[in-house]
Amino acid sequence: MKKYRCTICGYIYDPAQGDPDGGIEPGTAFDAIPDDWVCPVCGVSKDMFEEVEE
Amino acid sequence: MEPVKIKEGVYWVGAVDWGLRNFHGYSTSRGSTYNAYLIIDEKITLIDTVKERFFDEMTERISKIIDPSKIDIIVSQHVEMDHSGSLPRLMELCPGAEIYASPNGVRGLKAHYRKAWPFKEAKGGDTLSMGERSLRFLLTPMVHWPDNMVSFCPEEKILFSNDSFGQHIASSERFDDSYPFDTVMEEAAKYYANIVLPYSPQVRKELEAASGLDVAVIAPSHGLVFRSKVKNIIGAYQEWAGNKTKKKAVIVYDTMWKSTEKMAVSLASAFESKAYGFKMMSLGENHISDIMTEFLDAEILCVGSPTLNNNMLPTTASFLTYLKGLSPGGRKALAFGSYGWGGQSVSLMEKELEAAGLSLMEGFKVNYVPDEAQLKNIKEDLEKRI
Ligand SMILES: [Fe+2]
Ligand SMILES: [Fe+2]
Ligand SMILES: [Fe+2]
Repeated sequence: MKKYRCTICGYIYDPAQGDPDGGIEPGTAFDAIPDDWVCPVCGVSKDMFEEVEE
Repeated sequence: MEPVKIKEGVYWVGAVDWGLRNFHGYSTSRGSTYNAYLIIDEKITLIDTVKERFFDEMTERISKIIDPSKIDIIVSQHVEMDHSGSLPRLMELCPGAEIYASPNGVRGLKAHYRKAWPFKEAKGGDTLSMGERSLRFLLTPMVHWPDNMVSFCPEEKILFSNDSFGQHIASSERFDDSYPFDTVMEEAAKYYANIVLPYSPQVRKELEAASGLDVAVIAPSHGLVFRSKVKNIIGAYQEWAGNKTKKKAVIVYDTMWKSTEKMAVSLASAFESKAYGFKMMSLGENHISDIMTEFLDAEILCVGSPTLNNNMLPTTASFLTYLKGLSPGGRKALAFGSYGWGGQSVSLMEKELEAAGLSLMEGFKVNYVPDEAQLKNIKEDLEKRI
């Protein structure tokens, strides 16, 4: 599964870890995260994220 | 207005805001400074500027060293206007100067000033040579805006840290060893609690990056420069960023006819008998930014409000909104209050405390005026749980 980077603060969403504090279980693909989820670091919405090229 | 030498060829050329008492709702009872630094090398470099209103003060200090039009490079470490606000007028004096900022910083400066200045993107780890000296850029996003960066000059061992390690103190002194150090640390704590606290995980990264540097001087963008007590301020930041708490409670409350206040006193007596440190902070007398400073190292927060018109008091709501934006979580909270009918205040406060990431302890509600037995119960019940 692909990682995504917050274009504002640089936080990386790693599907393997999810975002348990934000209610996202480990193993959740970025696309499967609800639209009202926000960056746990800076608070911007999902559309501010970009795919991390590996 | 004189510049102050930090090291040979490195000068403080900032401004002192003696009258500042309110910084976006943070009560700055000692005023503040906006610290800009000038480095004289083959390339004349200015690190940060000052609030727009203080442009003349900054340029007067610069002019005692060089003609400001000779500035080749401006490092804009943070977009917020207390540091970037003098750029428009400065760029009229030195239109050819290159502005170095983080990628978010360049974007932010363009959105503030709508100018096509000669921007250069500073990437994390980049080194800029000024001649004999250099600056290494470290990006520190969300400490406390996405654009924040700091710059390290290895030849002089100076870390230009922008808002990190800052303190809102207006002073004629410039260094940590020429000002009462307890006050410096008190204001550094207040600054951390009111500006930096929600970004502690990012501060931990910044401290890790800084630990690899040989830092002899920390030159922040507000307040005193650290040259004698660098270890003290780094140590304090490690504790604050580590979310370290002690056996301490802060009891925050407002009251109408003293019933909620009586309950606050019962809570205090429980903490007292259990040898907790505690602080009583009535919202009528204490500023919410001072309350946050006390919360910085406290394990338990108690918040009290009577029920007014099926709600909590607006003073309490204001504090809880402020807390929700700043709270690092990982601590305990308890709500309490008196009521005549309805009695909604406690559950409303609990909702806010939970949203602030605090784990709830069972709270206390009393109808109308608590009697001796009820007050004793509150004390003994809390004693059993701490
Ligand atoms: Fe973010
Ligand atoms: Fe700032
Ligand atoms: Fe600032």
